[in-house]
Parts: sequence; structure tokens; C-alpha cells
Amino acid sequence: MFITYLLRELRRRARQAILIALGLALGVGLVITVTAASSGVKNAQAQVLHSLYGVGTDITVTQAPAAGTGRFGGFGFGFGGNGGTGTRPKAGTKIDQNRVTTGQYGPVGSSSVTTISKLKNVAGASGALALTDIRISLTIGNFNGGIGGSGGSGGAPSGRGNFKPPVTFSVSGVDLSTGALGPLASAKLATGRTFTTSDTTSNVAVVDSNYAKQNKIKVGSIVQIGNSAGKSTNFTVVGVVSTPSGTGSDFYIPLARAQALSDQKNKVNTVYVAAQNATHISTVSKQIKTLMPKATVTTASSLASEVTGSLASASSLANSLGKWLAIAVLVAAFALAALLTMSAVSRRVREFGTLKALGWRSKRIVGQVMGEALTIGVIGGIVGVGLGYLGALLVGHFAPPLSAAVGQTTGSATPGGGRVFRPGGFGGTGGGGGGFRPPGSGGFGRLASNPTVTVHLSAPVTISIIGAAVLLAIIGGLIAGGFGSWRAASLRPAAALAKVA
Amino acid sequence: MYKLDNVTKSYQTGRHKVGALRGVSLTITDGEWLAIQGPTGHGKTTLLQMLGALDRPTSGSVQFNGQNLAELRETEVGKIRAKSFGFVFQTFNLIPTLSAQENVEAALVPLGVRAVERRARATAALTDVGLADRLRHLPTQLSGGQQQRVAIARALVKEPSVLLADEPTGNLDEDTRDDIIGLLERLWQGRGLTLVLVTHDSPIARRAERIAVMRDGKLSIKQDTRPASRASAAVPQDSVPADLSASED
Repeated sequence: MFITYLLRELRRRARQAILIALGLALGVGLVITVTAASSGVKNAQAQVLHSLYGVGTDITVTQAPAAGTGRFGGFGFGFGGNGGTGTRPKAGTKIDQNRVTTGQYGPVGSSSVTTISKLKNVAGASGALALTDIRISLTIGNFNGGIGGSGGSGGAPSGRGNFKPPVTFSVSGVDLSTGALGPLASAKLATGRTFTTSDTTSNVAVVDSNYAKQNKIKVGSIVQIGNSAGKSTNFTVVGVVSTPSGTGSDFYIPLARAQALSDQKNKVNTVYVAAQNATHISTVSKQIKTLMPKATVTTASSLASEVTGSLASASSLANSLGKWLAIAVLVAAFALAALLTMSAVSRRVREFGTLKALGWRSKRIVGQVMGEALTIGVIGGIVGVGLGYLGALLVGHFAPPLSAAVGQTTGSATPGGGRVFRPGGFGGTGGGGGGFRPPGSGGFGRLASNPTVTVHLSAPVTISIIGAAVLLAIIGGLIAGGFGSWRAASLRPAAALAKVA
Repeated sequence: MYKLDNVTKSYQTGRHKVGALRGVSLTITDGEWLAIQGPTGHGKTTLLQMLGALDRPTSGSVQFNGQNLAELRETEVGKIRAKSFGFVFQTFNLIPTLSAQENVEAALVPLGVRAVERRARATAALTDVGLADRLRHLPTQLSGGQQQRVAIARALVKEPSVLLADEPTGNLDEDTRDDIIGLLERLWQGRGLTLVLVTHDSPIARRAERIAVMRDGKLSIKQDTRPASRASAAVPQDSVPADLSASED
């Protein structure tokens, strides 16, 4: 009788039942889509952070360069002194400067790495030296104005000189004794080999696969890396590696070699730290902060908040607009279901009065109303899962690739160095005429950072999302049924029958 | 069977208090056919609801087989309704989504009768009222008279001791009306039911053993043709001259 009565009643008010079920389905579908998109965005963020950060690294420690240091200001070419008053070189003079700098990060002593590794709850620490190499080759022509104009007003050098655009790339000095941690941690070997401990003092390099492809570098190639004095050193490429999203350095060389080239003996400028487990990350970062007050301590979560670009927009879209939209639709669907169920019960006052007169207990009548509402809820849930799945598919299909960059606004550094370089302009903004340095007051590193990663957004629908959504629909049904039942149970049979008389 | 003692019922409508029953005392004996007459709005239906435990009095007691229905808990009252009272309404009150057979079965649900037995008893009840060929019809597919027959079958399928009928012919044409009253009379005689029938229709009322009239919430007995055995079984109030004893306050 229960089932027969339930199904007949639903068939009688099929249009209303469909409306309620569709309302719930829409709400549930939106919840699934938004949740799936949101977890897709989270995955994308994780992917970005992973590639920026390296596997196994929980915290990175960097330090801003001391005032007046760390700038890339040393391209004097042996002429162009202060204010551009130097002697003009002869036409035809060839200039080749290949120089490395520690860029945006201030050096800290290697002893800091040891100290950090001994902190409580720290599983390991590895120091690295992120360097930027700029190579400038030109032949002096017969020109006016030129490099190092007065007061930094000089634009691009003019004249008939032969000037090649500067070549820039990033170099990471890798501590070979802590292989699982550091800039190479997230890299995968494509060809050749990685470093061994015997490479510590060798001029060997591992190159990023993208950079290698662009510059036709293979295992066995000889590459030239500069030093702090502008002279080149030949390195043999022993391996090609790929990083998850190509955001690592262009070259990796043994730390000791990087320190020697940049004249930073026993110095590093990025410390990669692994906590014993995720729950200790914040305690460990606090300890490091206390130990090194000037340092910038970056954790995955703080880095996540600095991710900018369309990924960040997608994230805020999914988390704010999407979430609220889904909640609004769901609340509206619940309210609609409750109102329609109550109105349906009101129209059945005589029916329920009659059943009470026949001796039906309120509990049985409540059960009947609840059963009907629940059935609608379950149907709404099932349709909603379909809609949500479709929505998630559409998000995955139509969402444009998202780009992300870690912002520099807070001054925290991106571990692992940058990959996307914008060639600096010529002519200083300051008064150091004759110098060749990129614009901006933050030194070269400011330019050389902002790694951008492009990820494809997918919206994964998991069983738990589906379960939660169906549960939501059932809750919607229960709420609607609850209101209707309360109305039905509060009927006195005489009042119910009198209402129609 | 029934003993009503000084029963009052008042309703609050806005700022006014309306007294639907103003001190009704009445005794109804087993197997009696009582017709209640009176103008609309003078308390006939309210009295019937008190008898069927569909409502509780504001004061006074409604004794049924020694139990005061006014004081029982709702679940107890529900059980008595399910077992002992059959209702027939003017508007039939069939469940529109259920077939004739299922409507009749609905009366057996609260008694915990199994589905197979329910179906068999419903079929028998419908056959009794001449609707053996209309088992699967929905109420909308039946005429008014047929619907009322289904309602009567529903009221009687559980074999109640009391049948309470509120204007059962009020919505029917003359021929059908006679059919239905004939059916009720036959069932009353055949089953030894106590029949309480509210009606406007004097010819119908005259077929009853006793006629009570409700006016302004008060009841008076207009006619009593009960056999002596039943009349004498009544309590003192009813034994006072048959005319007007029952209702006075």
C-alpha cells in the first residue's frame, strides 16, 4: 500500500514532482560542478607549486640582498665610467662579457643549512645557489651616444656597431650530498646522467630539456658559463632533465662550482627544507624565522596565496562565485521543495483527514509524505549527478589553459629560480651611466623571476563528491518532507474534514 | 454503547466564541438506528464527530463501551476509530489516486491486515455493495452513487460496530439516494450495526428507529420507535418520556 500510494501520488502531481526534482538536480549539479572545478583548480595549483617548489620540499628559505648588493651592475666594458665620461673605445673593438650574479637573493652562509637541518622536526635541508648568467657580445662601431650615456638616459645603443642581444639563462648550484632535496628534486632525467658525488668539483652541467631543445644542446655539448669577473668557463653537459612544468633552472652545476664562479665561497642563497611531516611545517617555519629574522620563509601554503594569473582568477571564481552560486541555487531548491511539498500537503488536507478517520496514525501519514519527498530527492540527486558530471566535463572541455605565476609583490622568492626572462632594456634608470643593467630598482633578479606555468584545468568528479551531492539531495527531500509532514501531522481529523465541508 | 453526558463544544472564530454543542446528553444502544436532523450549522456534524472520536469535546464526557473518548490518548482513540467506527461522508472522501479496491483496503491498513487478506476482504466488501466489476476503477471513473458505495464498503470492510454517516445522500440524485439508503438499511439489519445517520431528508430520517433533532447546539428526541428491549436497555435519561429528554442542559 505504501509504495502503491506513493507512486500514484507522485504520478498525480508529476509536474510538481518534476519541478522539485529538477530544482534539487540543478542545485546538486552545480555543487558537483563547482566542487569538481574547485578541486581541479586545487590540483592545478598543486601542480604549479610542485613544479615551482620541487618534490619533497616543504619550506624554502631565502634572504633579500643587502642594500646596494646583489644588483647586476657590473657591465662596465672597461669604459663608460661614471656619468658616461669615459673614453670611447675604438671602432671594431670586440667585447664579450659573460657574468653570473646571485640575482635577487642575498647569500647566506652554508652553516645556516647545517643549523636548519638540526632544528627539531626537520627531516633535511639542502642549500643551493641560484645564479643568473648574462652574456653580452658586441663589436664597437662608429656611434654617437651609445652605451652608458650620461645619467642613464641612454637608450639602445645606436650606431653601426655589431650588437647581439644579450643571452640570459639561469644556473643553479646543486648540493650533491643532498640529492633528494633541492632544485633538482622535481626533475626527471631525460638523457645522460645526473650528478654523482664525484662531480663535486668538476665542470659538468645538467641542462633543462626545454632549454636544451631551444638551444640545440645535447649530452656532451660544451656550454660556457660566466663568472663574477665576466670570464667564461666551459662546462660539459652530462645530462638532460625535465621539470614538471619547465620551471626549474636552465642549467644545474655542482654547488661548489657555482660558489667558485660567483665568488660566493661557502654561501648559498636558497635553502630547501623538508619537515618530518606536513603537520610540522608551520612550527619549522617559525623556528627558521626566529633563527634567521631577515630571511623570507616560504611554505607551500604561503606560496599558493601568491599564485597570480588566470589560475588565481579561476581559483577565486570557483571558490567565491561558484561556491556562492551553488549554495544559492541549493537553498532556493530546498525552499522551493519545502514550499511545494507544504502546498501539496495543504491540498490533501481532506485526504489525510479521511485517513485519520480510518484510523491511520499520524506516523504513517508522515511516513507517506516523507517517502514521497525522499523519492523526489533521490531522483533529483540522480539527475543532479548526471548534470554535475556533464558540467564537470564541459568545464574540462571548454576551460582555456590557465597560466600561473608566483607574484613578487610580497618580496618572497620563488624557489628554484626563474625561467621566463624578459631581456632588460638598455640604459639605466639610475645615474650609473655606462653601466649596463636592467631597469628596475630591485636588481636583476626581479626581472628574472616570475616563472609562468601553464596548466590545463580538469574538473575531476570523485565518488565522494557524488556521495555528498546525493546526500544533499536527500537532505533537501528530508527538509521538504519534514515541513510537509509537520503540516500533515498537526491536522486534526475533524478540522481536516470540516475544511472541505 | 454510547453515553454522552453534558457534552459541549465551542470554537473560537476570530473574537467570537461559537458554541456548536451546548450540553448534549444522549444514550445510544447497541444495534440502534439513530437519525440526527436539524438545520445546517446547528451542530449535527459536530455531534457525529464526537461520536466518531474525530474531535474532543470542550467539556463533558463521551463514553463508548465504558471508555471516555474525551480522555483517551490520540493513539488509543486512533485504534478505536480503526477498529470500531466506520465513516461515510457526504463528499465520499475517497483517495483520488487509489482504485476502488485500494480505497477499501486502506481501511484495513491500520489494523495490520496482510496484503493478500486485505485484497480478498476488499473484494468481498465491494461485491456486497454491488461493485464487483469496478474493483480497479479510480474514483474519477465512478458515478457519485458508485463512489458512495465504495465509501460504504470501505466503512464496513473492517466490520465495525458503529457506522457513522454524515449526509451520505446529500450529493446524490433521488434514485441513487434511495439505492444508498436501501443499502445502508440492509447492512444495518443484516449486520446488527449501530447506525447513526445525519440527514436533512425527513423521509430518510423517518426510516430510522429514532430521530434526534439538533437546534442551536441542543438535542431533542423527536421520534422513538425502538423495540422495547432496546429502549429499556437505555440509561435513565432515555427512559424519561421519549420526547425530549436527551438534550437538556
